[in-house]
Amino acid sequence: MTRISFGRIFNTQTIALVSVLLLNWILFPGFFKIEWQDGRLFGSLIDVLNRGAPVAILAIGMTAVIATKGVDLSVGAVMAMSGAVAATLVVAGYSGPVAVGGALAVGLACGLWNGVLVAMLDIQPIIATLVLMVAGRGIAQLITEGSIVTFSDPTLIFIGTGSFLGMPMPVVIAFALMVLVTLVVRKTAIGLFIEAVGVNRSAATLAGIRSRLLLLTVYSVSGICAAIAGIIVAGDIRGADANNAGLWLELDAILAAVIGGTSLLGGRFSIPMSVIGALIIQAMNTGILVSGYPPEFNLVVKAGIITVILMIQSPLAGQVLGFFGRKKSGASR
Amino acid sequence: MSILKKLALAAGIATALSSAAMAADMTVGFSQIGSESGWRAAETSVTKQQAESRGINLKFADAQQKQENQIKAIRGFIAQGVDAILVAPVVATGWEDVLSEAKEAKIPVVLLDRGIDGPQDLYLTSVASDQVKEGKVAGDWLVGTVKDKDCRVVELQGTVGSTPAINRKKGFEEAIAGHSNISIVRSQTGDFTRSKGKEVMEGFLKAENGGKNICAVYAHNDDMAVGAIQAIKDAGLKPGTDILVVSIDGVPDLFSAMAAGEANATVELTPNMAGPAFDALAAYKKDGTVPPKFIITESKLYTPADDPKGEAERRKSLGY
Repeated sequence: MTRISFGRIFNTQTIALVSVLLLNWILFPGFFKIEWQDGRLFGSLIDVLNRGAPVAILAIGMTAVIATKGVDLSVGAVMAMSGAVAATLVVAGYSGPVAVGGALAVGLACGLWNGVLVAMLDIQPIIATLVLMVAGRGIAQLITEGSIVTFSDPTLIFIGTGSFLGMPMPVVIAFALMVLVTLVVRKTAIGLFIEAVGVNRSAATLAGIRSRLLLLTVYSVSGICAAIAGIIVAGDIRGADANNAGLWLELDAILAAVIGGTSLLGGRFSIPMSVIGALIIQAMNTGILVSGYPPEFNLVVKAGIITVILMIQSPLAGQVLGFFGRKKSGASR
Repeated sequence: MSILKKLALAAGIATALSSAAMAADMTVGFSQIGSESGWRAAETSVTKQQAESRGINLKFADAQQKQENQIKAIRGFIAQGVDAILVAPVVATGWEDVLSEAKEAKIPVVLLDRGIDGPQDLYLTSVASDQVKEGKVAGDWLVGTVKDKDCRVVELQGTVGSTPAINRKKGFEEAIAGHSNISIVRSQTGDFTRSKGKEVMEGFLKAENGGKNICAVYAHNDDMAVGAIQAIKDAGLKPGTDILVVSIDGVPDLFSAMAAGEANATVELTPNMAGPAFDALAAYKKDGTVPPKFIITESKLYTPADDPKGEAERRKSLGY
């Protein structure tokens, strides 16, 4: 069960996603209604995809990091920084593509920084990335000078709110990124290397894997993913909000990876399942918004559903379900 | 350490000498929380402006969100022998010791924007806004605008459990209480941010027949309103016309939206907390007039009739 590809559709994660969506539909009958409006699709289901895209993108990078037995706590702060850099650049008169390039460069630099701390200096990932989690938001606030930097650059706004073939751009970007990264890790040996380093870094190194380079690459990918999410979030509200952009999203990204079945002990991961995990989280958020429950319930409801999903995924539940599954198949034979 | 003390003493003597030479001049120390929001930055620049226009020598200390820095700054001000101290306290507790020291040194302390838990004789007065009234002014505007027509309101709350969210909700509900034609049909938290304000409004629009059933949106701060305006536009409706937008704070971007006809009203949370504080201090220094313990700033309503374009420009220069 180390390799989950696009082929396996019926598993815990997709069943959980469908269940949450159905629950939303029961609470709000218009949930699945999708309309064509102003050249784009419009409906609650599209909202789930669109609003879930930033966390899904973070989760793609986070999954690769977690698979190496690491974690990247800095992604939320990197989002704030990349958004701040992009906004400040366009306000200073640079073109949209330059601003996007600048923001991506910031993400790459942050990822390399984390990678150097983890791979070269052998600092524990949770501490190494905590440095940037704390400092990064401060740097973002320095860039924006504490205020929300608003802009009207068409490129950035298109990335945040535009659409391609009727789908919102964030969804298109997240999907393209998911396919690209999945192909790279599963159609080459890189995925296997990542898992090997995650299971036992020393053994992997002795076996000839260049684990330092691999870790540097993985943290850089996570940084770039965070930068992309940061550009999307800034483009969405047409402004860089250094105080709030990406705040606590690193936790959502880790949760998405865990719901997706990635092991925090490293060595087992699935990019598409992490994206599904991100969509499960967002489906709950959107569901709470359209259902009309008072906001005091938000966190309790979310925690309850997450607990149920994780319990279903636990080894004990697996044994119980597997027992019934075997019995059934045995009877049919 | 002893050198520092000597320096502080020298500075204190210098200040004492200069204040003796120019009796009208005051030296005031201001311990600010930090610059975590645009409003806070504006408060800092307005305080500096107010001090300058009154010929007050302002000593500014940024605490970067830490109480220990504020306590250090206040002790520094006491050592320098300032005439008065302004504090925007970052937290409500733990001020007894340092404020007692100020009291022993006979330096009046004025609290800005936030209160503290502790004996009231530790400070001369506190200048703050009335958050319940802010909500009420917003509600009164809606009542006066829709008159007898039915109005289904959606509310974007601040962070759940935060004081401004509780008070601004309460004030608005008090204002619409006697009017059965106005009802809050949906209420969710947008955490005082643009992103969440937009996301929550998207949900509300879907849930209320594409927004056709919504008459007005009430946001606990302008940032959420700015997000909601974008969501309304994305849904193919006209904010300000199809759905009325009323919020609180008075930030430049909301005034820009108002100038474009996309927002209808905002209640100002004035960044000028220092003006009333300096007035009270001047009167106290002159003939010992003791100001009231709580000075409440005005909660002024701004509508498109109040030159929103000019307001937006004016406010941008304050560092919002």
